[in-house]
Amino acid sequence: MALETHQELAEPAGSGPEIGGPGGVMRPWWLRPGVHLGVAAAVIGYLLGHWLGNFLSSDYARNALSDTNDVPVVLGYTFATIGWLAGLGVFNDPGRLLLGKPLLAEVRRGAAEDGLSKYFRYTLDHKVVGIQYLFGMIVYFLTGGLFAMAIRSELLSPSYHLLGPSQYLMVVGEHGTMMMMMMSSVILGPFGQYFGPLLIGSKRVAFPRIEALGFWLTPAAYVILLSAILFGGFPGGWTSYEPLATQAGPGQDAYYFAFGLMGISMILAGFNMIVTVINYRAPGMKWSRLPMFVWSMFTVSFLQVLAVPVLVGACYMGLLDRTFQTGFFVNQLGGSSFLYENLFWFFGHPEVYILALPGFGVISEVISVFCRKPLFGYRTAAAGMLGVGILSFLVWQHHLFDSGINPDMRPLFMLTTELISIPTGFIYLVAMGTFWKAKIRFSVPMLFALAFYFNFLIGGISGVFLSDVPADTTEHGSFFVMAHFHYTIMGGLIFAFMAGIYYWLPKMTGIKLNEKLGKLHFWTMFIFFNTTFLPLFALGMMGMPRRVFEYARNLETLNDWVSISAFCLGVSMLIFLFNFVMSMLFWREREVGNPWRSRSLEWQLSSPPPHENFKRVPVILSGPYDYGVPNALPVADLNPPLGIIGAAYPATTGVEG
Amino acid sequence: MTTTTPATQSPAEPSHGRRLFGIWLILALAADLIIWFVWKPHLPPGDLSDSARHQQLDIAVLAVSAAPVIIFVLLYFTYAIVVWRARPGDDSDGEPIYGNTKVQASWIIGTTIIVLWLFVFGTVELVGPAGAGAGEGPSPVWKLAGATSATWTPGGKTMLEVQVIGQQWTWTFRYPQFGGMESTELMLPVNTPVTFHVTSLDVIHSFWAYQLGVKADANPQVDNVAYTTARALGGVTVRCSELCGIWHGAMFNYGHVVTQAAFQSWANGVQSKEKTDGVLAALPPFALAYDPTVVPQLGAALPKIDGITGAAGYYYPPGDPVTP
Repeated sequence: MALETHQELAEPAGSGPEIGGPGGVMRPWWLRPGVHLGVAAAVIGYLLGHWLGNFLSSDYARNALSDTNDVPVVLGYTFATIGWLAGLGVFNDPGRLLLGKPLLAEVRRGAAEDGLSKYFRYTLDHKVVGIQYLFGMIVYFLTGGLFAMAIRSELLSPSYHLLGPSQYLMVVGEHGTMMMMMMSSVILGPFGQYFGPLLIGSKRVAFPRIEALGFWLTPAAYVILLSAILFGGFPGGWTSYEPLATQAGPGQDAYYFAFGLMGISMILAGFNMIVTVINYRAPGMKWSRLPMFVWSMFTVSFLQVLAVPVLVGACYMGLLDRTFQTGFFVNQLGGSSFLYENLFWFFGHPEVYILALPGFGVISEVISVFCRKPLFGYRTAAAGMLGVGILSFLVWQHHLFDSGINPDMRPLFMLTTELISIPTGFIYLVAMGTFWKAKIRFSVPMLFALAFYFNFLIGGISGVFLSDVPADTTEHGSFFVMAHFHYTIMGGLIFAFMAGIYYWLPKMTGIKLNEKLGKLHFWTMFIFFNTTFLPLFALGMMGMPRRVFEYARNLETLNDWVSISAFCLGVSMLIFLFNFVMSMLFWREREVGNPWRSRSLEWQLSSPPPHENFKRVPVILSGPYDYGVPNALPVADLNPPLGIIGAAYPATTGVEG
Repeated sequence: MTTTTPATQSPAEPSHGRRLFGIWLILALAADLIIWFVWKPHLPPGDLSDSARHQQLDIAVLAVSAAPVIIFVLLYFTYAIVVWRARPGDDSDGEPIYGNTKVQASWIIGTTIIVLWLFVFGTVELVGPAGAGAGEGPSPVWKLAGATSATWTPGGKTMLEVQVIGQQWTWTFRYPQFGGMESTELMLPVNTPVTFHVTSLDVIHSFWAYQLGVKADANPQVDNVAYTTARALGGVTVRCSELCGIWHGAMFNYGHVVTQAAFQSWANGVQSKEKTDGVLAALPPFALAYDPTVVPQLGAALPKIDGITGAAGYYYPPGDPVTP
């Protein structure tokens, strides 16, 4: 990255292809690509694909024998997805480029438009995409939460049933898969896309089309995953091991297709983030000044780009097994159900850290501001994230300790799994150093950050219990594991997400959430989260396997306690939702300044930030965490003089890149 | 653990580091003593067998190692919240401390020592008791000592072989040393080394004999071996701990650890009953894995439906079974 000495010439669009005249006429809204056209095209696409599938495969002997046929379903999903994207206008720009026509200005100008319409279109602005992700992920989360309520209602009694056995498995599978799909994007999506460029002093992301495509795949994945309900769901939970998946009906196709689509979305988002962070840092934004949140996004992006293709591959192979009879995972036909287990967890374990690292990033930002102290051990924190990222590729077989795969390698995987707690521990070292002699302010984001450390501690330590093979023999596949990963994902990531919402929503919208309700939300969520999930460790240890529909009679009391706590946790989410809706739509308490007195770059701008973030590319003068430093330089010069950057700012001579 | 005080400390203040260390030491010691002497005997999975005992020991050792860490972190945060909260009206910033090499180095060394200790302990506990009851695949690397023989008699040092067959949604136990007789009840003699051969006829299950501390995935066409030696008489609950379809939760069988003589008379009794009933003749010959589409008594393979991959139809038509 060279120093931009003539910032007026550094307009990002300047080097791109020709764009139709800046005053190009806008078509009426219903003729411009958007959600309405996307839905219409998706429906047409599904019908077309379904017809084509029946046309191609209706004379397969096995379809006549089994009375089901997966080909039309899979082709229907494929054509529906393509139609959805086409209706949104994803293919317009590449198509026009192929034909040598000038691009339409509508897509770009859409981002600057007032009103809500831009949020329902394929808009090429990272701030719009961030808001889209925020709402999308909240919808995902609440849907997944409803399934969780259904699970807990069913488990109120060991023998009386609310759901049928296959309905129960459908709910379990939908809950797990939906949550896993959503958690991988819950921070990278809203906050990563919105604040990634802002925090590095960039006006834009590297690939806005890829970024927007990444978001618009998530609604498609959502609908397709839910459509499994129409086929009776899929029986295998979010892991969907073979050969159980082979027994499933076409709901299994929805699982493979939706998870694969979400995988593609994750790869695209990660790819865009890596290139943006490397190439779009403002002058003076050295690697050693990169905010910790950007470090976490950067590391997570590498995990996504390297690990998620394995998931996409596994889903693709699963779909081929079900349509073209390839037999990748079928033992009798030369395939292997072990292959699926390995592929799934080779993705699945980095995925776990794709979920954990963004939480570390958000929390690191929050504690520094509310401790009024620099982040302790900045390099240690960055090293911790990188260490977690690298080690996460070397631990996947600990999910398969009892499977009979490669038993002689268990000590190695036990070692790597336990080693990963060292870089994870760095995050605690950094936090504890930052809290040392701090001036702690208990704002709502800070409360969530403190709860994060509490919950993740329990989650992390129980993970060490699981890494030990003899101890794992009792804990594997039981409620103990379930409690463990809910502590790290819900207790860690979702608490960090909530911290991020309370911390950043005033910046994203210019409106702040009600603080009293925020505190009520925090305390109910923290207390009921723990009363829900702590007893699950005991249940697991007492011999209750995961995903059961009936359990031993002596565990009923504890299960009832957990279910009632879970309902209270649901009520806590309703408090949040109420606060969110009322604050955003009705109370609309403006917050335009810098309420947290943060030094971070995004808080130096107006709320919400202007259309292209910065009038000129800022020059970064100092690190983001220099609290309490007498005469500290401001974090950036937002209006640097033209042409003299190098001479006027000796502090920036060390620009890397 | 990290108790080093950062060097920059004004003399007027109390020594936070020493104070924290003192409180931590007392709490951690108390917690560890309680865990080891009060809680350990009650920790799951109990002490019915060697593998269960080793798992109980591992869980206790992990708890004793983890408790000081948990107490340290929680104590530190509680202390920070109480002592270093901003007083009302105080708008100032904290002291800018960017790092402290001594603290960071001792933290890294401390956590590394704990991790390596747990790794060494875990490996010893895995290799020593022959896989600690976990599934070890078709050719186990850590074997349990004991002579293999085609028959089993009480008093000898012979290993008892038990095949565990999972299918939707029940367990069957097959005893090759007793003519390959089958039972839905898991009977084991006390003080006898046992080899479990775990396999499945359909999907992946996981054989979890809770009180024995044995868990091994049941994979179709795979022989997954696990070892244990029961040390006391008592009941055993066998559950499935890998999702295997709609009645996964109802997939449990029971069993007992009985005296060697009682076991032999039970086994001989079942064997002769199944012989007169014709059950033994109808069963496929004992093998380490079975293909359910092959029935040797028919002389030929069953016709395989085109669609063993893909959706070969809903598995449970037309409605779900009302009872397992």
